[in-house]
Amino acid sequence: MTQIIFYIFGAMLLLSATMVVVIKNPIHAALFLVLSFFSSAAVWLLLNAEFLAIALVLVYVGAVMVLFLFVVMMLDINLSTFKDGFARYFPLGIIIALLMVVAMGMIVGSDYFATDTYKQIDTSMTSSNTKLLGYAIYTDYLYQFEIAGAILLVAIIAAISLSMSKSKITKSTHPNEQVSVKKEDRLRVVKMKTEKKEE
Amino acid sequence: MRTDLILLIPEITLLVMACLVLVVDAFSKDPLHKVTYWMAQLSLLLTFITVIYYSPDYSYIAFNGSFVSDMMSVLLKAFICAITIVVFFYSYEYLKENELLKGEYFILGLFAVLGMMVMSSAYHLLSIYLGLELLSLSLYAMVAMQRESTFATEAAIKYFVLGALASGMLLYGISMIYGVTGSLQFTDIVDTINSGTIDKVYLVYGMIFLIVGMAFKLGAAPFHMWVPDVYQGAPTSVTLFISSAPKLAAFAMAVRILSDGLSPLIEDWQSILSVLAILSMAVGNIIAIAQTNIKRMLAYSTIAHVGYLFLGLIAGTASGFAGSMFYIISYAFMSMGTFGMIILLGRYDLEADSLDDFKGLFLRNRWFAFIMLCLMFSMAGVPPFLGFWSKWFVLKELIASGFIELAAISVFFSIIGVYYYLRIVKLMYFDEPETMSAIKATQQMRVVLTINGILILLIGLAPNSLMHICLSAFSG
Repeated sequence: MTQIIFYIFGAMLLLSATMVVVIKNPIHAALFLVLSFFSSAAVWLLLNAEFLAIALVLVYVGAVMVLFLFVVMMLDINLSTFKDGFARYFPLGIIIALLMVVAMGMIVGSDYFATDTYKQIDTSMTSSNTKLLGYAIYTDYLYQFEIAGAILLVAIIAAISLSMSKSKITKSTHPNEQVSVKKEDRLRVVKMKTEKKEE
Repeated sequence: MRTDLILLIPEITLLVMACLVLVVDAFSKDPLHKVTYWMAQLSLLLTFITVIYYSPDYSYIAFNGSFVSDMMSVLLKAFICAITIVVFFYSYEYLKENELLKGEYFILGLFAVLGMMVMSSAYHLLSIYLGLELLSLSLYAMVAMQRESTFATEAAIKYFVLGALASGMLLYGISMIYGVTGSLQFTDIVDTINSGTIDKVYLVYGMIFLIVGMAFKLGAAPFHMWVPDVYQGAPTSVTLFISSAPKLAAFAMAVRILSDGLSPLIEDWQSILSVLAILSMAVGNIIAIAQTNIKRMLAYSTIAHVGYLFLGLIAGTASGFAGSMFYIISYAFMSMGTFGMIILLGRYDLEADSLDDFKGLFLRNRWFAFIMLCLMFSMAGVPPFLGFWSKWFVLKELIASGFIELAAISVFFSIIGVYYYLRIVKLMYFDEPETMSAIKATQQMRVVLTINGILILLIGLAPNSLMHICLSAFSG
């Protein structure tokens, strides 16, 4: 039964991931990406990684992809230029992709990556894997966790400093200057020859 | 846990200070951001002092194997802080002159330094990756900061997209290594490989991705495409920063991964690095000849220098790594001085980034023409300047390890490279200037740049002390 579910979601994942790359409409591509996230979350659930599965759905499907969709809808992307050069780079791309698939198949198909090498965490002794994950993050990986915090802080600083600029790009009015403006500052009288209408 | 935290004091100091500077800058109304600037310098100085003060006697591994504090990390951190202090000084002068001053420049710079320090003492592939991301994210934002310039925006997008690709490669390699060895921690990885239960092919597959990711970040050919565009497009202050301290961190990353993590695979990575080194030296030195923009020329020169940096790593011995460290530290000094010179010659309306701007500099200002001469001779590797000794050190170790053909090829390419450095000297001394306008620069700028240039000559006259420092980093 688990195997059948795995194959259904696995096939769904591969299919939707391919559609993300192949499909023309960027909104449909984003929606297929949502589907692929969802199917991989389902695969994780089968591996008893409930916390990661739920986090993937909540964070990526719920927040990141919705934002992504908004951005795609707000930007006026010309769909025809979007796929320019696709045909030109397709042969090279397909050769590299095939090589990668073969090499990867040989590596990942080996015994080192077999499922019995990496057993699932035994959760029967403890309450849940969320607890185990939290324990690992806050003890063994404390140092890395703190650096990740610093990275998020940098992301915030970068986003704010790039979007909130007081430079010439931002259009704003200064009431003080507006009130004290003189006629000469704004109005330019140009002398021109009268133009005759040409028939 | 307590000793772990003591080892981490320099990083904690820097993080706390960076957050403090962030808050102070948010409330300061000063358009010159004086307080932010001086506090940023103070943070670097404090970090420098704590790095030296808390330097351990021998190497300690802390935080469950993810952090190491040894002589190499201490020295690199100290040099990173010292170099960044000078970089911030040059940057402040440039940003003030060009009205690009923003407090975030210094704050992001501090976080970038934190990322470099994390990379210098990472003993776990996850720490390496996180340190690298902390550094890269700060740099992307710094490149993009000049919002009105389309060149800067283009450079930032290129840097970001290719940087993300490189991170992807690196992560892919990390996941492969993890899949095969079952660990991300360097001692565990080495133990697992040495136990001999793993077929080498699987490890090399992961290692290739790791090396490709690193080569992208270092800007080694054939993964160098982003370097010229980013160097030219970014504001000179940011190019100055990118080309100095982060190179030390990238060196640390290469040594940590290759020598600490994948030492049993030395023969495999030696051959891959040899190819990268030859390609980088060829691409860097030959394409640089055709450049008319000095920032672009220096970008190709960086690519070539990365090739020489690899030579010391290929040697694979402790003194070979010391040679590479000496090389990258001297490169950072020279690159800092050269970009400092571009900043000195530039004015608000005119960036001095074309080779023609150096025409007849001798007639305009004899002293700075001499400093530039020192910098260019050093970059080219003319004795007795610092750049000569760095090439000599690396080549000596390479020959000692028996890579004589490779040493011969690198000498050949460095002779080609001499041409475009000497061309600048020729432009300065033998051509008529296009303008006779005097150089406008503050007194501090002149003094610091003079010290920078003279140091390259002085260390070049007595290179032994710096060589001993570098050797001591790898003797433990």
